[in-house]
Amino acid sequence: MAEAHDYKAIGTSPVRPDGVDKVTGRANFGADLNLPNMLHGKVLRSPHAHARIRSVDVSRALEMDGVYAAISGADFPSGAEGDIQGEGGGTVSDLAQNIVARDKALYHGHPVAAVAAKTPYIAERALDLIEVDYEVLPPVLDVDEAMADGATLINENLHTNGDTSQPASNVAGITKFERGDVDEAFAEADLIVEGEYRTPTAHQGYIEPHACTATYSEEGKATIWCCTQGHFDVRSLTASVLGVSVGDLKVIPSEIGGGFGGKTVIYLEPLAVKLSEVSGRPVKMVMSREEVFRATGPTSATHSRVKVGAKKDGTITAASAWIAYEAGAFPGAPVGPGCMAIFAPYDLPNFRVEGFDVLVNKPKVAAYRAPGAPQAMYAMESAVDDLARELDMDPIDLRLMNAADEGTQAPYGPTFPPIGIRDCLQAAKAHPNYTTPKGEGVGRGIAAGFWFNIGMQSSAEVRLSEDGTVTVVEGNPDIGGTRASMCLMAAETLGVPYETVRAHVGDTESTGFCNVTGGSRTTFATGMAVVQACEDIIAQCKQRAAATWDIDADQVDWTDGEAVPQPGVNVDVQPLSLADIAGNAGRTGGPILGRASLNAQGAGASFSVNMADVTVDRETGKVDVVNFTAIQDAGTAIHRAYVEGQMQGGAVQGLGWALNEEYVYDANGEMENAGFLDYRVPVTSDMPMIDTHIVEVPNPSHPYGVRGVGETPIVAPLSVAANAVRDALGFRIPDLPLSPPNVLAAIDDREGA
Amino acid sequence: MAKVHVTTSVNGEEREVLCEPHQSLLDVLRDELGMTGTKEGCATGDCGACSVLIDGRLVCSCLMLGVEAEGVDITTIEGIANGSELHVLQRKFLEHAALQCGICTPGFIVAAKALLDTNPDPDETTIRYWLAGNLCRCTGYDKIVRAVQDAAQELAYEA
Repeated sequence: MAEAHDYKAIGTSPVRPDGVDKVTGRANFGADLNLPNMLHGKVLRSPHAHARIRSVDVSRALEMDGVYAAISGADFPSGAEGDIQGEGGGTVSDLAQNIVARDKALYHGHPVAAVAAKTPYIAERALDLIEVDYEVLPPVLDVDEAMADGATLINENLHTNGDTSQPASNVAGITKFERGDVDEAFAEADLIVEGEYRTPTAHQGYIEPHACTATYSEEGKATIWCCTQGHFDVRSLTASVLGVSVGDLKVIPSEIGGGFGGKTVIYLEPLAVKLSEVSGRPVKMVMSREEVFRATGPTSATHSRVKVGAKKDGTITAASAWIAYEAGAFPGAPVGPGCMAIFAPYDLPNFRVEGFDVLVNKPKVAAYRAPGAPQAMYAMESAVDDLARELDMDPIDLRLMNAADEGTQAPYGPTFPPIGIRDCLQAAKAHPNYTTPKGEGVGRGIAAGFWFNIGMQSSAEVRLSEDGTVTVVEGNPDIGGTRASMCLMAAETLGVPYETVRAHVGDTESTGFCNVTGGSRTTFATGMAVVQACEDIIAQCKQRAAATWDIDADQVDWTDGEAVPQPGVNVDVQPLSLADIAGNAGRTGGPILGRASLNAQGAGASFSVNMADVTVDRETGKVDVVNFTAIQDAGTAIHRAYVEGQMQGGAVQGLGWALNEEYVYDANGEMENAGFLDYRVPVTSDMPMIDTHIVEVPNPSHPYGVRGVGETPIVAPLSVAANAVRDALGFRIPDLPLSPPNVLAAIDDREGA
Repeated sequence: MAKVHVTTSVNGEEREVLCEPHQSLLDVLRDELGMTGTKEGCATGDCGACSVLIDGRLVCSCLMLGVEAEGVDITTIEGIANGSELHVLQRKFLEHAALQCGICTPGFIVAAKALLDTNPDPDETTIRYWLAGNLCRCTGYDKIVRAVQDAAQELAYEA
């Protein structure tokens, strides 16, 4: 455990460097930029979930007073080829068609045209003048319908796994993998539990709608300000859609009002650049909440079947899973990660997983916090809960008996280095919320969670000011306190007070390349770059000190923020602090600047165990969460309070998904609840305090042991809630969300009402 | 459509603005007065990111027209601190790490101030129901509730 370390900065919870700006309203978010002479852009969206577009005519909109540009798919390059270089993957062609439809509208809300006008009001009015001739087609609205024989084809040229010898299909891809002799292992099992589960289409629900402002210059270059999880990805994705070089675009990230994966992709940016190019003026585009629901984000609804076989003593002999994920209108559901995550907490000699990437007439899914894992693990952790009941075993003991450990070969291939699943299970078993008997009528649920975490590319610069204060410059938008984490790691490495370090998120021209703030990678990978850049500073400071003292650099130590001669080096000098060396830098070789760039390897898997007590009102079907406990291995918690915050926020987001959130569609494929009133995310009065317990099994691949904490927290709550409701009701409701109408219907159904 | 001349008070300062009859107070604050601290999350009164005080009363500025601001006293997030001294709620939000992305924070602080102005000693349930009109997707609300509790305690101690 990290308590053994004698860290000064790491593990504390200081006020974040960007905090004051965010509590005073001074911080600038995506919609907060206004430029002189700026126009406002609006998007015309398809009123049909599935339709052929015969023609788009923007000419009448252009005639309207105050309208300066009107564009449609015809204004963008066609025939874009190649794959997207970035976190989400997919093809440039699909991305381009998602930005603005060409010959087909594939979901209700799919962009068809856009205008720029003097005011947002005029732009809205101008949209009404755009004439689109649609041939309406029947929509395909869930995986079962999409996979059925004779289903309407969403893309007539799509063949499963690209196999054109087979007929076209709505199934874009099938992922399969297997270990051991699964059928034999099921045959050897003393008992088998099976379940069939569904999760709904759900949205990330970030409070800040997508927004950007673009200005195109006469030299053919454009600057984009936007709220994004990764401005380097915005640059490359926008360049690919526009058919320009990344060198023609500069992207400046604003502060970002939540993303959860949903702002790793682009929607407005190419439209804003094109509208600016046509009008010759800056163009700002801000989505409404309704647009956010209808045309961005959601995560895959799923339909899955899981089977688990075990011996009487609880040893799991085999498991299998079949999971169909909705991709939305284009291929790209998180099938791979979901299938790789489903059995990760367990040491399983025999398993089989089959996953399907299925097109439906809904918005193209985007990453959502641990993409694919919550849905898959919801199924498995529900089945494991049922297994514990069948065996009459404690659900924690059952998991401990089968848990993975250091040296276990992960279901997805690699052999685990030290991991924290057992520590989390043991912490859960000892937690007062578990040892305290549950109250009358209370249901208790427990489940495990997991996420891989990722590394990828990061750059960082650390600059020493002339008074010894430190500026960290890196390229990851700060979505939840990462500036504070960077400053803590820099302060720890340099041996200086946290308060003397500031962090700056640089734009695409003022810092080196960084992949998105996503995959729980920022504190791990960009943090590693910051630490290395600080080590670069220390090496230079030692050289400056050595030159000052007329000794060799390798005769200098760096201790507590000071250069000191090594023991035994015979010089009579005073230690030189960072401030001393910085103040004298002009006379010892010039400004001191540390830098590092890397492709971080060795991201540490993060496991969690969550538990909750709930009550169910049998009259209304309403589920109340009485308490919730989040236990998670953070590796090392850099900023403790923000680690807790990730765990608490993920818990509540997962509970919202489990208990209430879902896209409700009518038969024509129009979302009926595209607003926060009807797509009801958890509010303060729905929730209790969220108890946290941070486990720290350091990741050996990070200088301070960081694993990354952002995504794992959302994984377990779905099954925790479902298992607790199962415990309270005495029977399982396998389809989420466990909202009052669904729970009431299940109770009535059960009781034959 | 002719613009309407509106005289109003924003954070104690008289302001004159020409606004379109259809513009919400939120749009007038952000687009006409350049006060972007008040945020738009939904424009339908469901998220509370645009919370302001109108004559001391908590209001979603997206649900009020700019022209209705004639003659009223508006307090926005920019007016919560006392000069360069943060309001205790602002300080407690920072100390408790009660914000992650920060987009909902101005609305929460304005709403929490409205609570403490009228009820200086709210219990947890009162805080949770009072703030139920403000959505936060990052924190799970735990640290927000604690920050408000702690601010109330400090205010009570000072009183």
